[in-house]
Amino acid sequence: MRKALGISRIYNILVYIFLYAPILVLIIFSFNDSKNRAVWSGFTLHWYVDLLHNDAIINAFIVTLGVSVLAALVATVFGTLAAIGFFSMRRKPRAFFMGVNNIPMTNADIITGVSLMLLFVFFTQILNDLVYFVGMQTGFWLPVDFHLGFITLLLAHITFDTPYVILSVLPCLRQLDKNLSEAAQDLGATPMQAFTKVVLPQLRPGIINGAIIAFTMSVDDFVISYFTAGADVSNLAMEVYSMARRHISPEINAISTILFTIVMILLIVINVRSIRQEQAEAKRLHALQRDASR
Amino acid sequence: MNSKAFVRIAAAPYVVWMAIFVIIPLLFIVGYAFTNASGSFTLENFSNLGVYAPVFKNSFLQAGIATGVCLLIGYPFAYILSNERPAVQKVAILLIMLPMWMNFLLRTYAWMTILENNGFLNQFFRAIGLVDYLNSIGMLSTDYIPMINTSFAVVLGMVYNYLPFMILPIFTVLSGIDRRYIEAAQDLGANRRQIFRRLILPLSLPGVLSGIMMVFIPSVSTFAISRLLGGGLHWLLGDVIDMQFLGGTYNPHLGSAISLIMMIVVVVCMGIMNRFGDGEDEAVLL
Amino acid sequence: MKKRISAFLCAALMLCTLLAGCGSNSAPNGIVRVYNWGEYIDMDLLDEFTEETGIKVLYSTYDSNENMYTKLKSGSVNYDVIIPSDYMISRLIDEDMLMKLDFSQIPNYANIDEQYKNMIYDPNNEYSVPYTWGTTGIIYNPTMVDRPITKWADLFDTDLLDSHSVLMFDNSRDCIAIALMALGYDINTTNPDEIIEAVDLLVEQKENGLVQAYVMDQIFDKMANNEAAVGVYYAGDYLIMLEDNPDLVWVQPEEGANLFLDAMCVPTTCQNYDNAMAFINFMCSNEAYVKNFDVIGYALPSSGATAMLDEEYRDSDVLYPSQEYLNTCTPFINLDQPSLELYDSEWLRLGMASSGN
Repeated sequence: MRKALGISRIYNILVYIFLYAPILVLIIFSFNDSKNRAVWSGFTLHWYVDLLHNDAIINAFIVTLGVSVLAALVATVFGTLAAIGFFSMRRKPRAFFMGVNNIPMTNADIITGVSLMLLFVFFTQILNDLVYFVGMQTGFWLPVDFHLGFITLLLAHITFDTPYVILSVLPCLRQLDKNLSEAAQDLGATPMQAFTKVVLPQLRPGIINGAIIAFTMSVDDFVISYFTAGADVSNLAMEVYSMARRHISPEINAISTILFTIVMILLIVINVRSIRQEQAEAKRLHALQRDASR
Repeated sequence: MNSKAFVRIAAAPYVVWMAIFVIIPLLFIVGYAFTNASGSFTLENFSNLGVYAPVFKNSFLQAGIATGVCLLIGYPFAYILSNERPAVQKVAILLIMLPMWMNFLLRTYAWMTILENNGFLNQFFRAIGLVDYLNSIGMLSTDYIPMINTSFAVVLGMVYNYLPFMILPIFTVLSGIDRRYIEAAQDLGANRRQIFRRLILPLSLPGVLSGIMMVFIPSVSTFAISRLLGGGLHWLLGDVIDMQFLGGTYNPHLGSAISLIMMIVVVVCMGIMNRFGDGEDEAVLL
Repeated sequence: MKKRISAFLCAALMLCTLLAGCGSNSAPNGIVRVYNWGEYIDMDLLDEFTEETGIKVLYSTYDSNENMYTKLKSGSVNYDVIIPSDYMISRLIDEDMLMKLDFSQIPNYANIDEQYKNMIYDPNNEYSVPYTWGTTGIIYNPTMVDRPITKWADLFDTDLLDSHSVLMFDNSRDCIAIALMALGYDINTTNPDEIIEAVDLLVEQKENGLVQAYVMDQIFDKMANNEAAVGVYYAGDYLIMLEDNPDLVWVQPEEGANLFLDAMCVPTTCQNYDNAMAFINFMCSNEAYVKNFDVIGYALPSSGATAMLDEEYRDSDVLYPSQEYLNTCTPFINLDQPSLELYDSEWLRLGMASSGN
């Protein structure tokens, strides 16, 4: 039995090696002095310096962060409200709307991307035609042109982020005691107060969880962004894709290393915090029990 | 405003949103698929689809292999992990998710440099004499083992990128199985193999199904992985669709037709699979 | 307190992105969106242009004429300046996708040699200003091949080449042209049988396992790192590869080659016409040509600029081949609609063929 456990642990460690070896190679070669990716020829930091001077990458980083934060914020508000609305519905309409809600998640990314691109192109063309029409009729030319860009990218991200928020808020709603809100109103709270002071705090874990998932999905997305970002903006993933198809540069390794380090630090911070919280919780419980037993 | 009214309209903005950004775009795909460049109705886009049968076959085959390999690697891993202490489990799952936080293009790019003819792996194989050995027994005629730009590389890329999507749902289901069931089975005299086959396997089926879905769908529709690791030699459905919309052969009508068929085939496959077990939608979300 | 800080951070972040969004438009004289081939400009020139004119350049790249065409056609992008090749320019003109240029705003056009004006793709020279020109050819590494490669047909020779050793063009026109030339057909043929036969040859080459990959700019690294023995690409790029790998040899194939000319044009979706004119004018100054040359290494359409190059380049047979060889080279012209459709479907057929490894 012990031996079996040992062997199976080795198996799991092999899986981890499979998952991490490529990342390790990336990280090591981000410090390689030569452009040649297979030969180690000394330590350098100059790929990192190059990175700082690469406007395209800096811009892509800002776009990625901007889109992800904004999309996650909007999706969280949207998703929370929608989850509350869906939850209060009767079974049939709820099942229908949940079905539609699942489409962006179960559909292949490329189909979501392509279909949104068709929609955006259609609308931007109509709007441009409208501007043209107004200009022709009135002689007043609106100083605008509509094209795919940051806004369409944001709309696309909100669209695929929101379902995740809904799915993470719904379980919290199921656990919610319906009487609480009514009790609050009986005690004189307005419905709005009952919602913000009683219901929302209970949903908080689900909402935060949903926001984090939405944010990660946005940061990680390539395919949908690729089809909806247009000419002016590109996110980090799109930039990496076009870099990997040109001169392969150790700058990509440098980006990978930086991102990996950031993520690792974030995860460590989050986990240390949650462990501390658990400990504090345990302490409080312990104290409570002691008080009770006294 | 009373709370009932508020709750009733709470979902309204998102329902409108879904109509505009989920339903209508899909209708656009349908519309494009059934029209030609001049905008009139046609079935031509579908009648010519027979030509693309090899790509459909290839995509479903390679995605199927990748899904199978993920299952073979992922299930034992999740099973072993579910028998560990909770503290170990927590760290282990975190370690599985950590690479997922790195963009999948970066992970794919990593393999580009590893699999090359003069890349990391081939240098290693040369150093341990594997290349010479294969040459001496006539299995190889080059001083490297061809890996990059083969369908092996494409499948490997899929497995590497999507393995966590297989492990996480299976693990979630396995770790949720009530220990008392297993104890009860043991009390009733079942041996370990019987417990696994009769109890654990059926109970973990929902996790397996959602794992399969989460690996298969992105695999069958990918174009970045096949482009970067396949060297333009191994086209998948995603590549052909990309070609029609933003690539070298502009024809969104044909692209829409292919997308539509792919969508329908995937939905049918998933429908059939879900008949074998009821995949709960929570399982989809890890 | 903590909450307030994180709210503040969020707000600050949003503000940053909004500013970044407007920043692009807040340059004193607006923007110009330039869409160019990858690795096809000295990026410092863009900064110089902005300094000189106050116009900010939004720059992005494509990797083949066909990709650029599709992106324009899809309506998902809009650019002010594009730099397509000859045959694509005439296709864009035919499909009403280009705007006429205002040459009064492009005084540097005088730098261009007469022989590069009024080309067949733009007979009255209303739509384009030449950027660079060159020929296609074969690049190979003699240490990895048994005997010298001299012609396109060698690329299909299974006796000469190892499996997995050739890098082919990843765009339909260039790639199919190789097979057409190897078969002795005109690269502008509209005879469907000849086109199909050419693609059959490419399919055979792929199925025999000769092709390592269909690539565009990835070829730089692959040739530099001895990943592949043979590749096909553009003359100027060979000189860049040579810097990284001195073993490489350039071949002017016996059958002749494609003579191409890339030129700056303005698509009808252009939103910043005057800025586009300013950019084109800036790029065809002799100084800009020379600067650009140092990075991209393509032959220049201005003898004034060519005279400013180092002797080794000025006299380079790779860049400026003899008139005798140039006579064997053919420029692409735009094909008729049925042939274009055939190219698309045949290109897909090649893509779907199995690769034998």
